[in-house]
Amino acid sequence: MSAIQPPSRRIWWNQPIDRVEGTWIVLALVWCLIMFAMMPYWHVAGKQNLSNEAYRISSADYAAKAQAVIDKYTVRNETDRNYPVVAPPAGSDIYLIGRLWEWWPIYELEKNQTYRLHLSSMDWNHGFSLQPLNINLQVVPGYDMVISITPDSSGEFTIVCNEYCGIGHHNMLGKIYVKD
Amino acid sequence: MANNQLFRTCPNTGLLFHKPAETLMKLNAVVAVVILLIGGVLSLLVTLTRWQEFHLLPADKFYQALTAHGINMLIFWIIFFEMAILYFASSTLLKCRLATPRIAWLGFILMFIGAIVTNVAIMGGDSSVMMTSYVPMPANPKFYLGLILFAVGALLGCFVFLGTLVVAKAEGTYEGSIPLVTFGALTAAIIAIFTIASGAIILIPTFLWSIGYIGHIDALMYRVIWWAMGHSSQQINVSAHVAVWYAIAAIVFGARPMSERVSRGAFLLYILFLQLASAHHLLSDPGISSEWKIFNTSYAMYLAVLASMIHGLTVPGSIEVAQREKGFDKGLFEWIRKAPWGNPVFSGMFISLIGFGFIGGISGVVLGTEQINITMHNTIYVPGHFHATVVVGTTLAFMSLTYFLIPVLFKRELVMKGLAKWQPYLFGLGMSVFSIAMMGAGTMGVARRHWDMAFSGAVFGYDFPAVAYTLMAITGISGIVAIVGGAAYILITVLSILFGKKVAGTDEYSTGPNAPLQMAAAPAGHGNIGIGGFVAPGTFVFALVFLLLFVVYYAVNWKYLASIWPMG
Repeated sequence: MSAIQPPSRRIWWNQPIDRVEGTWIVLALVWCLIMFAMMPYWHVAGKQNLSNEAYRISSADYAAKAQAVIDKYTVRNETDRNYPVVAPPAGSDIYLIGRLWEWWPIYELEKNQTYRLHLSSMDWNHGFSLQPLNINLQVVPGYDMVISITPDSSGEFTIVCNEYCGIGHHNMLGKIYVKD
Repeated sequence: MANNQLFRTCPNTGLLFHKPAETLMKLNAVVAVVILLIGGVLSLLVTLTRWQEFHLLPADKFYQALTAHGINMLIFWIIFFEMAILYFASSTLLKCRLATPRIAWLGFILMFIGAIVTNVAIMGGDSSVMMTSYVPMPANPKFYLGLILFAVGALLGCFVFLGTLVVAKAEGTYEGSIPLVTFGALTAAIIAIFTIASGAIILIPTFLWSIGYIGHIDALMYRVIWWAMGHSSQQINVSAHVAVWYAIAAIVFGARPMSERVSRGAFLLYILFLQLASAHHLLSDPGISSEWKIFNTSYAMYLAVLASMIHGLTVPGSIEVAQREKGFDKGLFEWIRKAPWGNPVFSGMFISLIGFGFIGGISGVVLGTEQINITMHNTIYVPGHFHATVVVGTTLAFMSLTYFLIPVLFKRELVMKGLAKWQPYLFGLGMSVFSIAMMGAGTMGVARRHWDMAFSGAVFGYDFPAVAYTLMAITGISGIVAIVGGAAYILITVLSILFGKKVAGTDEYSTGPNAPLQMAAAPAGHGNIGIGGFVAPGTFVFALVFLLLFVVYYAVNWKYLASIWPMG
């Protein structure tokens, strides 16, 4: 009689499908296939995708690459901690370091120019969360993730860490400036 | 072991309890409820800290409480309760003795010790690593050891469940095929075995790393394998609570599945595809290809989502058919208006179904879309989503089952029936608002697992919009409503078991033999119920509303994604 009794036929997979169920299954399946198709479609037609470009890297090598960019393109320093503000030319590789508990350095970018943004962590997992846009990426130690970004709005943007990284996690903020 | 041959029949439901199985079900359920109490107290501390007006705990205590809350709720409470369900769905529903009760005991003891060891490690203060314990952030070795012991115990429980199915078949305790609810429990057990194996593959090396035997664990590999446990363990819950929905529909309404083939087919889809969802957590990770992400995050073309959408129709559909056959056949919705809304077994189950589908299900698919994930990953949208699935879905379903089990398994009448009537509404609706408000805050960028959204003391500042603070305050208020509902559940359960009136005629154990479980009578067709050839037209309308909301919300989120910086 019910779901807590054995089915009335031992061979349950022959049981006819009800009309309500049959209609719903077709509708639901069509919707599922549309949702599935959306993801590859967005890789072709959409503008917001992850690049799939990543490298294994040691934290020392990554820090050295970042330092080279910082040394070359620093335009000024900010805050008591002397964060370098780095303004690299459009199209160049820029390296952002996530470490306990800061994002280093500050980048100053130009609107509508494309940069190859590299992300990696020197220690534990961190979360790159760019506000107020709400762009969120996982930053994993030992991996250099590369994404081409094209800021199409200007102003001051804040990088919040949104992967828990210990007691100073809530103070781990960074900045990106975009000039018109 | 004479004890091993003792059975009793519940005088009100006709369910058969094997004495060792009965004891183990009770023990697992009681420990589960005690853990729920601990997790509930922690949830109050966490909620009042994230509600910025109170900001109760200091940072270190907050992260410690959050770690303990996550592990106790997501792992210990739910899996202890699921062990009780596995034994119920095998031994009781199949009228069979429990296979190897001693091993079942061993499993229980290991789980118990494991839960204590991990909790002690967290209380020590050097294991505030969150439930996920991502390497290379280190925890005390005891933290991993406790989880490993717990997992081994749970694995033994799964084997006892499978063994009982074998015994039932061999001894002919039932005719035909196993009931649908047992089939659902079997699905949960199969997923549990996959889950626990994944857990062992990652936690054992991590434990060895924590005591210095292994030098390095790759941070990304850890995330990939850990989530094969972390997400799959939540898929055990989905299978288990869907089985509980079917069970409650059968118990309260005498509902039979609309079609065994469809419902079981949907469970099969779970077995085949549900575990792929570990990819949901890795969509914004480096070093994993889009092809892998798309295939896995969509459960291979959303076939497990299809399965959930099927259950979401067939469970209320079967209730509708049962109600219409009883005469509540007027219009589209008489069957649901005349449902027993004052019976917490039903109301809890139905709120669980609606909350899981409308809030947890839709948000889960959107969150698990490869590109849309960029706008949500690690924001508080994520816990918003999973409180709708695990708390409104699983926990509330288990709570409503408890109201059925207290007289049947614990042989006590329910106390405080008036409060019990309201409990599912307080808990279910409180938790639903909580989830939605959190998701709202997440779309404003508020981070999960974060002590201070005002960033006081940081070198740089950032001001979230005032709306984000308001949403977090709503999260706090609705969270407290839900906590009151949770406290009511624990109070009713504990007082009923301790002081409830004894149910008459429940102490007569005998050694059998028991008549085998009969096959259900062949349905004679539904007669003339329903509208236009649809036997459950009301449910179908609900389903269409669901689909419409789903489509709209999905489209809105693509639109939102399209507004952020181009990247690729």
